[in-house]
Amino acid sequence: MSTDLSRRPRFDLDTAWALSPQVSVRPERFGALLYHFGTRRLSFLKSPVLRTVVEGLGEHDTARGACLAAGVAPEELPRYQAALATLAGSHMIGERS
Amino acid sequence: MTTAPLPLVEQFQLGLDAPICLTWELTYACNLSCVHCLSSSGRRDPRELTTAECKAVIDELERMQVFYVNIGGGEPTVRPDFWKLVDYATDHHVGVKFSTNGVKITPAVARRLAASDYVDVQISLDGATAEVNDAVRGRGSYDTALRAMQHLHDAGFRGFKISVVMTRHNVAQLDQFKAMADRFDAQLRITRLRPSGRGADVWDELHVTAEQQRALYDWLVAHGENVLTGDSFFHLAGYGAALPGLNLCGAGRVVCLIDPVGDVYACPFAIHENFLAGNVRSPGGFAAVWRTSELFETLRTPQSGGACSSCAAYDACRGGCMAAKFFTGLPLDGPDPECVKGHGAQSLARTDRASVPKPSPDHSHRLLPLAVRAPAKACDENPLSGLANAF
Repeated sequence: MSTDLSRRPRFDLDTAWALSPQVSVRPERFGALLYHFGTRRLSFLKSPVLRTVVEGLGEHDTARGACLAAGVAPEELPRYQAALATLAGSHMIGERS
Repeated sequence: MTTAPLPLVEQFQLGLDAPICLTWELTYACNLSCVHCLSSSGRRDPRELTTAECKAVIDELERMQVFYVNIGGGEPTVRPDFWKLVDYATDHHVGVKFSTNGVKITPAVARRLAASDYVDVQISLDGATAEVNDAVRGRGSYDTALRAMQHLHDAGFRGFKISVVMTRHNVAQLDQFKAMADRFDAQLRITRLRPSGRGADVWDELHVTAEQQRALYDWLVAHGENVLTGDSFFHLAGYGAALPGLNLCGAGRVVCLIDPVGDVYACPFAIHENFLAGNVRSPGGFAAVWRTSELFETLRTPQSGGACSSCAAYDACRGGCMAAKFFTGLPLDGPDPECVKGHGAQSLARTDRASVPKPSPDHSHRLLPLAVRAPAKACDENPLSGLANAF
């Protein structure tokens, strides 16, 4: 399950994002499970904070704003950016226009 | 994020409040009699869950946020209320992936399936040629499956699954299966033959040889995530790099089986009273069985590696498949019968085959064709397949 960082798409923290309408989120003690009914893919969020970020994306003007509101420290942003990039790559989240 | 949480695999081994997904065999009735059928299907069980009872289970799955069910059988589409139940599930946010031998996939059904985002289809096929397939699944079953695939393709259904149980006779056809999947805009899914159900009777002669197993592993490594496996080859991780997926046994922890009469088993390959957790008809329904059954609570406690603990590969293969061990008479805390280090073969040689547990119950047709026995079903899904990690 290792992930090759160099193959991850770039993720713009300063644009608006949202959870895909086809995705369900199931809270778990480790974070959450995500399921995309369109692609039929499962994914998981490995921390409750990341779940708060993902669920809050639609309510903030930028992904950075959603991260900060969820309590992510500035020095942790790169990790969350990488996690969000993975989610964007699998269409769990998408850019809002 | 500041504390180090347990690795996800370990979280899963401790069990979740609800399965990630589950297998639901809707009926033991089947038009085929595959020689390796893991649920010994054939005849309908008169105690089968009614339509209302099935809907109540779906309501529970929705409340538990089980995202999807893998419906199998038997041949699930022979239930008269099958399509009604599929619609009920998807209307209640429970996605459906169902396994079929294709017998009911007419052009009209295919068009209807292609129109739904929430239904996925797996066509079972155990040979890339009629000769190899029909020897296992019964005469004519190859043509039935191919006709169903053609209908799905013609209807514009992209990405349906072609589900193959790997045997000694079809493992050399992997490239042909892949080409077939590509031709139909489908996806190839291959799973492991288990000695479950009628599979116990043919496992010795059909399971892949050690040499084939190595070649299969190399083939899977080369094809990566383009080929689905239902996570069923995690015992091969002992060769080296893990295959895509979580590589753990999810039985009673993140997956389970509901059988046609509502019995809940730890996994689709473990239909035996030793792995029976309860019944959805009992008070508290499925949720109570899942959350409080003694069997599942035991499975969710840390397991001992037993005879495998001292093996360097144990962290990779975790001792392999519980059902494969059980139905070949091996101890559950020892090596898998197909252990890549050869320890399972040695254990098997020492096992008294007369004491091997018999799969139960048997719903086989009473008169099997003499030349070829037939149907297998695809059922078997490890819900963890296709899981992608977001960190």
